[in-house]
Amino acid sequence: MAHSYMRPVLLIALLVALIALPSVAQASGYNAVTSLATRVLIYGIAAASLNFVLGYGGMVSFGHAAFFGIGGYVVGILYQHFALEEPLLGLIPGTNQMLITLPAALLVSGILAAAIGALSLRTGGVQFIMITLALAQMLFFLFVSLKTYGGDDGLIIRRTNELPGLNMRDKHTIYYVCLAVTVAFFALLYRLVHSRFAQILVGLRQSERRMAAIGLSPYRYKLVAFIISGMGCGLAGALMANFLRYASPDMLHWTKSGEFMVMVILGGVGTLFGPFIGAAVFIVLESLLASWTEHWQLGLGLILLLVVLYTQGGVQAVFSRLPGRR
Amino acid sequence: MSAVAEKAPEQAAATPSLAVRGLVKSFGGLIASDHIDLTVRPGEIHALIGPNGAGKTTLISQLMGELTPDAGTIEVEGQSIDALSTASRVERGLARTFQITCLLPDYTVRDNVAVAVQVRQGHSFRFWKPVAKDEALRRQAETYLAATGLAERADELVANLSHGEQKQLELAVALATEPRLLLLDEPMAGLGHAESLQMIEMLRGLKNQVSMLLVEHDMDAVFALADRISVLVYGRIIASGTVDEIRDDPDVRTAYLGEGDAGC
Repeated sequence: MAHSYMRPVLLIALLVALIALPSVAQASGYNAVTSLATRVLIYGIAAASLNFVLGYGGMVSFGHAAFFGIGGYVVGILYQHFALEEPLLGLIPGTNQMLITLPAALLVSGILAAAIGALSLRTGGVQFIMITLALAQMLFFLFVSLKTYGGDDGLIIRRTNELPGLNMRDKHTIYYVCLAVTVAFFALLYRLVHSRFAQILVGLRQSERRMAAIGLSPYRYKLVAFIISGMGCGLAGALMANFLRYASPDMLHWTKSGEFMVMVILGGVGTLFGPFIGAAVFIVLESLLASWTEHWQLGLGLILLLVVLYTQGGVQAVFSRLPGRR
Repeated sequence: MSAVAEKAPEQAAATPSLAVRGLVKSFGGLIASDHIDLTVRPGEIHALIGPNGAGKTTLISQLMGELTPDAGTIEVEGQSIDALSTASRVERGLARTFQITCLLPDYTVRDNVAVAVQVRQGHSFRFWKPVAKDEALRRQAETYLAATGLAERADELVANLSHGEQKQLELAVALATEPRLLLLDEPMAGLGHAESLQMIEMLRGLKNQVSMLLVEHDMDAVFALADRISVLVYGRIIASGTVDEIRDDPDVRTAYLGEGDAGC
């Protein structure tokens, strides 16, 4: 059991490295690394959320961009109404306060996940994949045609949401806010995947028939898991809109759902760290390959192929097979 | 205990554990259940025999609510369960084992049972406390493992169990739901001689605590355990009676006992 005390040590080392990252990046002149790391954290939250239903629950959702996008649009729409000083639907005042916009994004994406989940979880297998895809695409086209909120062009957020006492124009501050949210998210996720609820969820992935035979009604559990997962993606979307100061229909597009899925598969399906590793590998590869060629997806595709064929469980499986671990 | 076990309790007046009336189920042109009438008395082991394809597993699936019958009624302890979901039927005291084992392969033996205990307790919308540190849950799971001879295999993954052990675990998981009526779908299928004897002893030990509908091809097991036997052929019950009555019934002999049976 060498790794039982190694694990906290590694976690603390990782956290220290993440905290030191912006200063190191600045000192060595690679400022872009901080932005890159911010995106990795945000996409890591989204991928880990998808992984909760996909890896733990066995529900292959191809529509998680819907929740990511809606989280972003909540921030964007609230900012627009704040800037124009006219309440949304004449009732809800706009805001630029992150302490309000993030919970609002969680709430709205949770409601959307409840609606999409309630419909799509009545099916399973391939039908589930197609229905989540179709519903998410409907939302995509809705926002493309919503001229009030920028339509095709998306919604520009002139300034990042404010947090009391922090200078949110500073890229380093945004990074640290995202890091704090990621750490909190990860801690919650850690508790969640070791809970009784997850025990049921992972059981459902293995055999729904068996779970029914011991007296469980699968639907409620799957729906709650789907809602939690949608909220996680909504949180990531809200952070991304703040980071990019921009919300656009691209966030809702099915290719974004595909990217989340690629991150989960790259990192390791059904693992805690896998999606974060996958997000890091994806973002870093994307930037590296894109600087060489505009056909960067070809290279990424080849690497994904190798990972799927040879690692048996993504990059995190390779790590855990390294000497001295497990 | 064995004195009681030899003879079925003659309680015709008592409410039957299970009463099936006029059950019909067809798949296209194939009639899997053809007006089945069946009664399981409290505490008895009622064996259901019949050649392959007679519709035995289809009957169990309908009793559990996994399949919806085309017609007929099912009563458990005097109350209709026709409208109930599988989960609600389990709450009413029904449990089944699967002929082709249906377990959670990535879980340990203990966790397979613990999940069933957890579902019975109904405390599964808990998102914070780690389930692995739930000592009470572990201990409860282990009592069912001890009862089915799997205590020493508790930490083994199901995928690493032998076929016989998986059959034992099927029984342990079903018992963890604390059933009053146990539907056993060929618990001996694929077991070696020694394992079969062990399973027979386990089921004998449960007699009078739980009513059982035992679907089985192994005639030694059926004759050793059953209080009454019903014979299902092409979806119809062609005979129903005590062990001796069935053994001597000429229709049964031609339809079933005489027929070479290749197992499953």
